[in-house]
Amino acid sequence: MKRCFIALALSLGAVPVQAETIAITGGKVAIGDGSAALENATVIVRDGRISAVGKVTPPAGARIIDATGKWVTPGLIAGFSRIGLVEVDGVAPSNDTAASGSPFSAAIDVAPAINPKAGAIAVSRRGGITRAVVAPSTGRDLFAGQGAVIDLGADDNAIMRPRAFQFVELGESGAATAGGSRAAAHVQFRNALLEARDYARNPAGYGGRDRDALLMRLDAAALVPVVEGRTPLFVHVERASDILQALELRREFPALKLVLVGVSEGWLVADRIAAAKVPVIASALNDLPAEFEMLAATQSNIGRMAKAGVVVAIGMINDNDARQARLETQYAGNLVALTRVPGATGLDWGAALAAMTARPAEILGLSQELGTLSAGKRADVVIWDGDPLDLASAPVTVMIDGVDQPLATRATRLRDRYLNLDESQKPRGLAR
Amino acid sequence: MVFSKPALALTLAAALAACADKPPPRTASSAPRKDAVPTAYPSTYKPYPGVATVIRNATIFDGEGGRIDNGVVFLSGGKVSAIGGADTPVPADAVVIDGAGKYVTPGVIDIHSHLGNYPSPAVAAHQDGNEMTGPVHPDVWAEHSVWPQDPGFSRALVNGGVTALQVLPGSGDLFGGRSVTLKNVPARTMQAMKFPGAPYSLKMACGENPKRVYGGRNQMPGSRMGNLALNRQTWANAQEYKRKWAAWKAKGAKPTDQPKRDIGLETLAGVLDGDIQVQNHCYRADEMAVVIDMAKEFGYKVAAFHHAVESYKIADLLRENGICSAMWADWWGFKMESYDAIDENIALVHQAGACAIVHSDDENGIQRLNQEAAKVLGDARRIGINIAPEVAWTWLSYNPAKAMGIADRTGSLKPGKMADVVLWNGDPLSVYARPEKVWIDGALMYDMDDPKRRPVSDFELGQPGEGDAK
Repeated sequence: MKRCFIALALSLGAVPVQAETIAITGGKVAIGDGSAALENATVIVRDGRISAVGKVTPPAGARIIDATGKWVTPGLIAGFSRIGLVEVDGVAPSNDTAASGSPFSAAIDVAPAINPKAGAIAVSRRGGITRAVVAPSTGRDLFAGQGAVIDLGADDNAIMRPRAFQFVELGESGAATAGGSRAAAHVQFRNALLEARDYARNPAGYGGRDRDALLMRLDAAALVPVVEGRTPLFVHVERASDILQALELRREFPALKLVLVGVSEGWLVADRIAAAKVPVIASALNDLPAEFEMLAATQSNIGRMAKAGVVVAIGMINDNDARQARLETQYAGNLVALTRVPGATGLDWGAALAAMTARPAEILGLSQELGTLSAGKRADVVIWDGDPLDLASAPVTVMIDGVDQPLATRATRLRDRYLNLDESQKPRGLAR
Repeated sequence: MVFSKPALALTLAAALAACADKPPPRTASSAPRKDAVPTAYPSTYKPYPGVATVIRNATIFDGEGGRIDNGVVFLSGGKVSAIGGADTPVPADAVVIDGAGKYVTPGVIDIHSHLGNYPSPAVAAHQDGNEMTGPVHPDVWAEHSVWPQDPGFSRALVNGGVTALQVLPGSGDLFGGRSVTLKNVPARTMQAMKFPGAPYSLKMACGENPKRVYGGRNQMPGSRMGNLALNRQTWANAQEYKRKWAAWKAKGAKPTDQPKRDIGLETLAGVLDGDIQVQNHCYRADEMAVVIDMAKEFGYKVAAFHHAVESYKIADLLRENGICSAMWADWWGFKMESYDAIDENIALVHQAGACAIVHSDDENGIQRLNQEAAKVLGDARRIGINIAPEVAWTWLSYNPAKAMGIADRTGSLKPGKMADVVLWNGDPLSVYARPEKVWIDGALMYDMDDPKRRPVSDFELGQPGEGDAK
């Protein structure tokens, strides 16, 4: 979204907003890579990128933001969400997550459906989320379609990376869409990838549903970069055996770039996931056998997987994923709390933060751009009024690509209207 | 969240008496109907055995807004025996726990839960919280759907320090049925969890759910005005039912002339008699105001509005009418009537002097109600409202206990009350704290350091992860 912003500014002959140098001084700075926070450190932002972090002197002319007594972190990345696709979940016309009436599946691309003005973008931004993985939900097929990486800036271009991944449901949900069994889901999955190969070999000769093939041409085309390993495949699985079956998919389709999502029973097979070098975007606090595929769910899941060497980020799948990614900081704090619970496994503070910063960036292949406060990366920076993982804290400043973002939301406007409502002043009291 | 089930239940709060276990004192207005109703489904709850225990050197929130630093709590005979400063006298032979750096609070009470009614796993065969075969079902009782083996009960205990909870029917129906208040103990039967003497409440629902469920079947109610019309006719029927029984009583209550019992109207007559309070699922301010007037029209009491995401718009009205709001800290936008939710709702209700309660309506949220309160404190502070943590704890124990009619027995650490107590391993309004020990009626039900005290439900036995730290 930044690039568009710059282009627009230049075309108007204006000085790009981000063409400035900013020094955030005196704060407790967490790099986001898993390391402990640095006391009284400075973050220098130049032209929308981080240029230096640590005990550095602000360059002459820099705009100084005094962060004394505050915390500074990278912008958080919602590891798995549906932010921007929904205004009100229960109001169907405002909900673009799934299309059960569409003949298409893998070809569906969320990018044109993202609404940068969605309430959840403002609410999430206010919570320190600056980027989000946005996935479609499945309709009639296992394959939900192509998700995007977005930024949550207050401008009109949210898409950072369209068609960043393909999303597929295996496990209970996949079985249901495949006709009623996991076995059928695996046949459907194989068939789709084999047809994508057919399509890749000879697009003009591909019959689509005219012949034996089940995939529409566009769906087949969308799966070509998946089967060829150029586009990651996000796979939602929860049960340990489903996780192992997902890892097995690479026997037949060795190029697949797998990312597992959900993974409530991952701790049972953490060594296998680690050995396969497949990263995970996990639900953080699932601890109930909410479904039969989550019997072994425990809040220690992420801690145990991380300990086994799995790269784990926090995600929100099926957990108010269109609106509440801002709860990830609370979830991460809870993972830290587990380190003091006998028999449980949590994350230390730095690792818990990294599960929302460096780890998701790494999983998305965006480590060069996002995820830590390191020289050269995009200046997504959040200044917090307290420990970012604790409950009473909130951002006071959110920057995306070095641009200060508004933190007001529709809810804060409602709050302000009613905070000191004087009925005697009606209608002025209700005025904007 | 519960949005997926049309179950968003509402709440209830109980009123004066009238539970089946302990008939209320008779008053002139009390219906003779009760003479014909045997004590039904009585509680068989018996506290687990406990030992006299002293917690020293702890920070104590007493649940009614009080705080004692470096305090002492003494539990014996299942009750809070003493609470005070470091010099509080305690017997020499009690078990002593050093609470240095730790916090003691009353057990958390969730006024709005569906545990046991919508248990885990959430398979179709377990969906027992919403009758939804007709919009008027005051005849159903949530307790008849409680599955004591729901693993959610133990999670609420272990991670949330929840010692008592009200299980409400869902909100698909206008009249959802009776609630049940439970002690959060492992048990074979619902009756063995049933809070002795806790009054019943009636769950009602306004807004989208009933009109969606029934309007979608082309039957009444199909609109908010339809909701009200059917509500009012039902209350009028209840008044007639009451009159019929009163007339029978006046004529000498001859068994041969006894009017036919109507199980649903019996509950509604109990509401009109003041024996059963109403817990009303309601999101929007304008609808709450209409319900307040309906309650006046028919002469009953709403104990609490549940969800109440717009209570901040009418906090003065709620204060004047003495109605609590049972709320989330930060849920919003999942349905149209939740669109105006604000993070400061609880703080603004509290600030206005109205009764605020933190509720869960969720098997995950019930494990972190203390964290919900902590989020509110931060949001309040940023708009200049400073609320002390010990005051915020009233939202988690005393206020829900009041609205459930059990505040004389639990909900705060006062001598003589049930020893429903949590020892937290740190500040419970920090994300980093967890329950270390939980007592219910003075019995140690959970101990973080003792794996044998991690409850494992029948369902979890022999399953992957059995007995794990959850």
